[in-house]
Amino acid sequence: MKMIEKDNSRREFLKKVGLLSLGTVALASCNSSDYEDFLQQNFKTLSKEEKDEIVKNLEKRYSEKYGKEFHVSDKAAKEGILFGYALDISRCVGCRRCVYACVEENNQSRDPQIHWIQVLQMHKEKGIDFAHSTVHYNPEIVPEPGKFYLPVACQQCRNPQCTTVCPTRATWQEEDGIVVVDYNWCIGCRYCVAACPYGARHFNWGEPNVPIEEINPETHYLGNRPRTKGVIEKCTFCVQRVRKDEGHYPACVEICPVGARKFGNLLDPNSEVRYILENKRVLVLKEELNTQPKFYYFFGV
Amino acid sequence: MNLFRFFIGSLKIIINGGRLYYSCIFFLAILIIWGAFGYYDQLKDGLIMTNMRDSVSWGFYIGNFTFFVGVAAAAVMLVIPAYIYDWKSIKEIVIFGEILAICAVIICLSFIMVDIGNPLRFWHMLPFIGTMNFPSSILSWDFFVLSTYFILNLVIVTYLLYSHFYNKEYKKSIILPLVLLSIPAAIAIHTVTAFLYNALPARPYWNSALLAPRFLTTAFCSGPALLILIFQIIRKTTKFEIKDESLFKIAELMVYAMFIYLFFTLAELFKEFYSDTEHIIYWKYLLMGVEKNREIVIYSWSSIIMGFTAFLLFLIPSTRKNLFTLNVGVVLIFLSVYFEKGITLIVPGFTPDVLGQFYFYIPSETEIRTAVMIFSSGVLLFIFIARIAIAILFNGFSIESLKKK
Repeated sequence: MKMIEKDNSRREFLKKVGLLSLGTVALASCNSSDYEDFLQQNFKTLSKEEKDEIVKNLEKRYSEKYGKEFHVSDKAAKEGILFGYALDISRCVGCRRCVYACVEENNQSRDPQIHWIQVLQMHKEKGIDFAHSTVHYNPEIVPEPGKFYLPVACQQCRNPQCTTVCPTRATWQEEDGIVVVDYNWCIGCRYCVAACPYGARHFNWGEPNVPIEEINPETHYLGNRPRTKGVIEKCTFCVQRVRKDEGHYPACVEICPVGARKFGNLLDPNSEVRYILENKRVLVLKEELNTQPKFYYFFGV
Repeated sequence: MNLFRFFIGSLKIIINGGRLYYSCIFFLAILIIWGAFGYYDQLKDGLIMTNMRDSVSWGFYIGNFTFFVGVAAAAVMLVIPAYIYDWKSIKEIVIFGEILAICAVIICLSFIMVDIGNPLRFWHMLPFIGTMNFPSSILSWDFFVLSTYFILNLVIVTYLLYSHFYNKEYKKSIILPLVLLSIPAAIAIHTVTAFLYNALPARPYWNSALLAPRFLTTAFCSGPALLILIFQIIRKTTKFEIKDESLFKIAELMVYAMFIYLFFTLAELFKEFYSDTEHIIYWKYLLMGVEKNREIVIYSWSSIIMGFTAFLLFLIPSTRKNLFTLNVGVVLIFLSVYFEKGITLIVPGFTPDVLGQFYFYIPSETEIRTAVMIFSSGVLLFIFIARIAIAILFNGFSIESLKKK
């Protein structure tokens, strides 16, 4: 405990050094809240009080900006939970309802467009083959004959390469297995985009744009709170929903019209994902890269 | 007081010059301003002004960064032959090589700064005041070796010029270990930069053990190429002496590097094309294009043709030992490596992306203008520092000359 305090006071001191050396740049062009943002430390290193303070300020700022009451949670992972996901390839019809439910739930930018879920259309006779797949399919009716669909989002790897390469520790795997990003700490170098084998990381190339009437005010600090330009974002298994005490499903699981998406606690032997692992044969994408996803694909029928 | 006088004196040196010098500075200034207005758009609206997107998330900026790491590394490499062959002006060669290295590292860091989404948060990756992800992230290693290299070169150059300025003998016991240390540091910056890409199993195009060796061999070509030109200019305008033979020797060393590069590349191509796995797609995009999309092909083939021509020019003794053909070769190999590192190393790594989707990238106007801004500023910086160094080394700019006034 003592060690931690010592570390904090050093951090405090260094924070001030940082203030002196770098603050002048920020001072010249920023107002006070920008200034606070600029000096904010990595979320993981903050004390409970500091987190509460930041969350309170964010709620106030977002409420003012969007004209409705905002909740920003910083609820931590619960012990005994490791989230896992299973997707039934044989049921998925490629309707992309999950894509848009995700966009609405997680306040993804509409223009420029960001989609955390990519649905790949593949040829039945080729099997799972990225090289011959396309995300740009647009028929009147899905599924099309001879085609099947493979939705891909963050695979929530046990051995994530995106967090290893991050030069600033702005992204990490939480205790419950969810890989998250601190949007206030990310410098936007996009090394994680290059490292991710699943295209799960998305960059805010421009200022994100969500219509005020469509914004979802139920947010989590590490999840769907509004982002700024120049930072990375990604699927968090809807951290703002799944960590609630009453335990909601991610938005994509709830919306799926054919019930292809299953979600639950891998450590609970009675969970649905564990049932699937036990009774269906599953596969993970690009297993040769040793990323060890907690996102399983299976053939249910 | 002396420092102040030194600055005033240096300023006078920078300001004074012939018509050619002024037009050169003026031209660079125009380029910098033109580029800065392009960069301003990016500052305002974000990286959306570039043509990079999630599929191709690194482009021209990171390519330029990689190229200039090579220039920085190789400039110092010339110190080795200068020692081995005991060239007369070894001190001067060290000084100009390291001034080039300093400017190249500054260019590198500038390209990183314009590439990141939040330049003001750069301090997050520093140790102590930020949370540097050391030793996991290769980017933190790269930052570490680049700054070490930068400081090393800065100290050597400053010390050598300082002692010359005060008419003191420089201490060999200080300089020699530092210069020797800067050689492994030069290799380190290039190796670590190669590992930056190499370390990504998600990108098969880079995930080859030959990447770092290939990096080093190209660096041995681009850096010395630039120095051959710079030495000729300095030789013409000052008392600096470097014999033609020394230049030819540098060219000869470059031939070895080119040959090894050629061999490594052939080994890579053999493995990829003979195995013919799905990873061949990146090489096909590089060399032939995919369907109608041949954006990269012109760069890769002009790089290959220019590089090969330079190789022949340097290989044949009669063209190597002729200043005209030598200079043609130098320009060709420089451009060849620039195209290779700037475009054809980075972009095919992302095309197609990890989910097999194609996004075809070429730099946008904003990217080109920003790069021109950084490049011209770097050249300007080099000219200024080199002129002060020339004045100190050859034109009697010293503490006495200041005192006399």
